[in-house]
Amino acid sequence: MSLLPWCIYLSLAGALLSLAAGRRSAGAARWIALATAAGSWGLTLLAAARFTPGPGMQTLVDIPWIPTMGVRYHLAADGISLTLVVLTGLVATSGVLFSWNIGERTGEFFGLFLALVAGVYGVFLSADVLLLFVFYEVAIVPKYFLIAIWGSTNREYAAMKLALYSFAGSAMVLAGLLWVYAAGGGHSFGFAELAQAAALLPRAQQIVIFGLVFFGFATLAGIFPLHTWAPTGHVAAPTAASMLLAGVVMKLGAYGCLRVALPLSPVGFAFWQTPIAWLALIGIVYAGLVALMREDLKFVIGYSSVSHMGFVLLGLAAADLRAVSGAVLQMFSHGVIAGLLFAVVGRMVYDRTHTRMLSDLRAMPLARLLPFAAVVFVIAGMASMGLPGFSGFPAELSILIGSWTVAPGWVAVAAVGVLVAAAFTLRAIRLSFFGSGEGAASQESGKASDHALQFPPITLAEKAGALLLVGATVLVGLKPDLLLDWINPALQSPLFHAVLKGGAP
Amino acid sequence: MSGFPILSLLVFAPWAGALALAVLPGLGSRARTILTLAASLTTLALALPLLGSFERAGTGYQFVEQHAWISSLNVTYHLGLDGLSLLLVLLTGLLGPAGLLASQAAGRETRNFGILYLLLQGAALGVFLALDFFHWFIFWELSLIPAYFLIKCWGGPGAGRAAYQFVIYTMGGSAFLLLGFVAIFAATGTLDFVELARLGAGGVLAAKLSALGGFWPKAVFLGVFLGFAVKVPLYPFHTWLPGAYAEAPTGVSMFLTGVLSKMGVYGFLRILWPLFPGPLHDAALPLLWLALGGAVLGAFAAMRQTDLKRMIAYSSVNHLSYCLLALFAVSAATGRPGLPADAAAAALSGTLLQMFNHGLSAAALFYCVGVLEARSGGLRGLGDFGGVRTAAPVFAGLCGIAMFSSLGLPGLNGFVGEFLIFRGVWGLAPWAASVACLGLFATALFLMTFWQRVFHGPRAGAAAGAFADLRGIDIAVLGPLAALMLIFGVLPQILTGIFNPLITAWASHLSLP
Repeated sequence: MSLLPWCIYLSLAGALLSLAAGRRSAGAARWIALATAAGSWGLTLLAAARFTPGPGMQTLVDIPWIPTMGVRYHLAADGISLTLVVLTGLVATSGVLFSWNIGERTGEFFGLFLALVAGVYGVFLSADVLLLFVFYEVAIVPKYFLIAIWGSTNREYAAMKLALYSFAGSAMVLAGLLWVYAAGGGHSFGFAELAQAAALLPRAQQIVIFGLVFFGFATLAGIFPLHTWAPTGHVAAPTAASMLLAGVVMKLGAYGCLRVALPLSPVGFAFWQTPIAWLALIGIVYAGLVALMREDLKFVIGYSSVSHMGFVLLGLAAADLRAVSGAVLQMFSHGVIAGLLFAVVGRMVYDRTHTRMLSDLRAMPLARLLPFAAVVFVIAGMASMGLPGFSGFPAELSILIGSWTVAPGWVAVAAVGVLVAAAFTLRAIRLSFFGSGEGAASQESGKASDHALQFPPITLAEKAGALLLVGATVLVGLKPDLLLDWINPALQSPLFHAVLKGGAP
Repeated sequence: MSGFPILSLLVFAPWAGALALAVLPGLGSRARTILTLAASLTTLALALPLLGSFERAGTGYQFVEQHAWISSLNVTYHLGLDGLSLLLVLLTGLLGPAGLLASQAAGRETRNFGILYLLLQGAALGVFLALDFFHWFIFWELSLIPAYFLIKCWGGPGAGRAAYQFVIYTMGGSAFLLLGFVAIFAATGTLDFVELARLGAGGVLAAKLSALGGFWPKAVFLGVFLGFAVKVPLYPFHTWLPGAYAEAPTGVSMFLTGVLSKMGVYGFLRILWPLFPGPLHDAALPLLWLALGGAVLGAFAAMRQTDLKRMIAYSSVNHLSYCLLALFAVSAATGRPGLPADAAAAALSGTLLQMFNHGLSAAALFYCVGVLEARSGGLRGLGDFGGVRTAAPVFAGLCGIAMFSSLGLPGLNGFVGEFLIFRGVWGLAPWAASVACLGLFATALFLMTFWQRVFHGPRAGAAAGAFADLRGIDIAVLGPLAALMLIFGVLPQILTGIFNPLITAWASHLSLP
């Protein structure tokens, strides 16, 4: 376990190294980035193998940082952090593989990429709220540059929008946290201490504070109606950044909601529970319907991310043990699936066809030209639809079962969301890869025109990245206990006891 | 509890074949064809010994495999076989290779086709054998994906739309089904069908669900019901069917109508009825009308079709509605004092037989339409042929057997099932039986029209010129099917012997409240 903090340091070191190496050779920068990402992923897996699940966070490092303010450099991990740290390593590694073709300012790209990854690791491992906040901000800055420099459609606008939403969200979080910190006498930013301080405040103040902190974090998780940064950001970002953004960065928000906001004030949560659930449900259905209409394939996937994150938020809002463990599982699942979808669309398709418009793609016999991409996209689509056998199914099932015990009406609306997800995913699959070649007659004529269109074949790096992610979603889909055995004990910690209900799952 | 996991082998053998095809892209076309067919034949090869060692007097599940799987959802890996599943496994074992041979005969079978087809066959087997909702639902949903691509990529000109409609309808049903099971799990903490059936029979499930209050207990029943009603399909949820069946390539149509439509009926018998005996009983009267709607309107719609493939597709709506008619009639009569138990047993036997028989006859008829299409360059209109009997006497003979089996001529298998259903329904709800007779007349009418216009008269239309009779491979598909129709028409006890104890056990529970 004590290995775990090294994934932060290793990523930071790799960022500097590939930045330096990039001045001489792009190839060296790539290999350094790959070694770093895979190395830190390996560290997380090694730590996971030695992990004994239990309630409460297991301290990794704890030294005073700013003694006068009671801030400590305190890293710790429990089953929830571990799940998300493993996810980060996985997505980062496959993200590097899918960025193998970045030729412009390669060293800087991977430097920023790895800095972002380091920030994300830091957030998931922080046990001190101010430290968590610092890492959170560290993650926002590289995001901006990755989109603004290497992005596509409307990149400056998208990067600016994303940065503004993120900063506004973190300002809310900071305001709420400082309020509690000050009320508690300014001794500590530990989770438990802050919760104790908040409990002494009057109810009205707790409601405001909880609202600030929860919605501040939820902005980054893409809660309706604060989700609009997500689709534009995902679309503009280069492939690997989209993968990280949808796969991991949105989880930062959800993680903040779960780790910081929920235990902070059970009283405030009780007030906000129903509104949060309904915003999550609106997000699920509304984003799904938008995805059903969009012409740009990357927008379809961007909105599908908002829809899937709605399930996470619904699980958190239900605050039932089973629902919350499902929500954490869904964070993992969505991270893998969104990464895979963006990889296919951004890297395998867009980098070859230079269009993402469904109307253009359907004119190409893509399934025949890029069969590997077609198979991966179909698998990712099946997983994204929440078909059983893939990781999304046990996650959504747990969330729905847990929510049902709280309010059956929520589940009925969410079921509509499941159906909409099936509709937009099938539409995307049908129009993008199987647009032409409908029926036998056009199949024959299609073969003749294939010669006009030739794309470079799918590279080894792409195949390796895709296989990693497909393997993960199938493995967790068939054996969700792998992760649930980490997550469930963590939810038994005293901090969560105050806010979560329901028997032992 | 035999040690050898024969049921797992049964389910996964076709998938292993698909995997082999996927990782061996360099295989020659002949080797590939043989490999695909062999993988498809494993089902029959494994089911026949099963038939031998199957304990016929037993009413419980046999060859059970159960292992811990997902502890937090209390899910187990659970496979088991009883008379109902064995019947459907046998049907899958027969129609899987038949549909594949049909595709090979049409020259439409490629590597990808083989992979998808074997995936579909394995998924269907999983549905018939899995006994835990989580386990079962994997197969239930995964069967859609290969079916979608098989229809879309190898189907007719309107296949894209038909496939999309098929999947969206079925997924819509599945979403509600899932919702129902979410509620069931929240109430009982288990997803195991055996366990749930026990709770359902004891009324515990109903009591636990009614704790929800308001409309919710009904909504749970309705959700599960919708999932199966779309799949069968029950009128008026059938609108996806004619398009999907008519646009799919012949071999796939055979498998869809023969096996996939049985998944819905199976769901009614294995899941909805045992879990919700009370709500089904309460809803049985309107449901009887829906089943009658399917039986009568389906037949009349078939009569109006000029496209032969759509005609057969609508006749499937009609035939499957008889299965549900019998089930609903039994459910409506449940608990009635002086319930004629023999009528109920007859109706249920008829349902099971009808599932099997319809699989044989509808698959054979789809193949016959496929033969007509292949000989005429894609024509399949009612008026496109004439006098095929003189041009292709062997074909006419085999097609005639399938047709008369489908319309229920005594001596052929279709008669036995329909007779038992009518005999049973007559005893339970005479008015429903008399309305359903309209469907019988209409079926006879449209099938005779088909027979007369295509096979009789002077040679005309596409059959005016050269019209080859059946090739060896055609006979390899149609011959065994026709032979089975004759055998099971004369000796239905071969089939009823498999499930009679089960029916007796079901019927004995009926008079309980």
